[in-house]
Amino acid sequence: MKIKPNNYIALEFLSRSANEGFARAAVAAFASQLDPTLDELGDVKTAVSEAVTNAIVHAYPDALGKISLRVGIYDGNVLEIVVRDWGCGITDIDKAREPLYTTGGEERSGMGFTIMESFMDSLTVRSKPERGTVVTMKRRIAQRSGRK
Amino acid sequence: MDVYTMTNGCELTIRLRGELDHHAAQETVTAIERALDAALPRRLTLDFGGVTFMDSSGIAVALRSQRRMTALGGGMVLTNVPPQAKKVFDAAGIACGARKT
Repeated sequence: MKIKPNNYIALEFLSRSANEGFARAAVAAFASQLDPTLDELGDVKTAVSEAVTNAIVHAYPDALGKISLRVGIYDGNVLEIVVRDWGCGITDIDKAREPLYTTGGEERSGMGFTIMESFMDSLTVRSKPERGTVVTMKRRIAQRSGRK
Repeated sequence: MDVYTMTNGCELTIRLRGELDHHAAQETVTAIERALDAALPRRLTLDFGGVTFMDSSGIAVALRSQRRMTALGGGMVLTNVPPQAKKVFDAAGIACGARKT
């Protein structure tokens, strides 16, 4: 049975690098209702930036394409972020997740998946060559005393 | 991303201001390399004090600057790195100087 979120947003945008900042800001604004600390918000923004940049750089290397971003809030203050593209896909996910591995240019460090993994509680990557990639990340925002 | 340069003898300080992501990385690298080519310094200080956000694109910018300085026979330090950016460098195992408070 699929668990429904208590709240969610769904966005769709073109794979232009100018939208990286937009995606981060949109997720941060939505997540603010969980009253995260600056540190938690920084972690979530960094992970979103990595996932969206991967889609922009790797999914559509020679053309513009569609990226969808869905953010849900679940019981227990859990934030779930799903970044989906319909691009070229990843042939070897395990290799792609290795630190320092990149098929991007010199402006890429190959640390994107490593940062998503270390900044979020969980990371799932599903991909099919020529069909696209779905990156799902979860992060529980701590409930502190004094909060509702 | 704004890039400010200051030369003091054979030392070059480059201050970065703004969000350092993939969108900003290429023009930042170009600006840094232009400054290095003009100054040919022995020591480069990359000052991150004005960086309001950084993802792994900042790692690539720092590594590329370091390679350039190594080719020039010099060295590089990262300084005034804000907590969010420091966490990204830490994840990559790159030592950097935290922002002075």
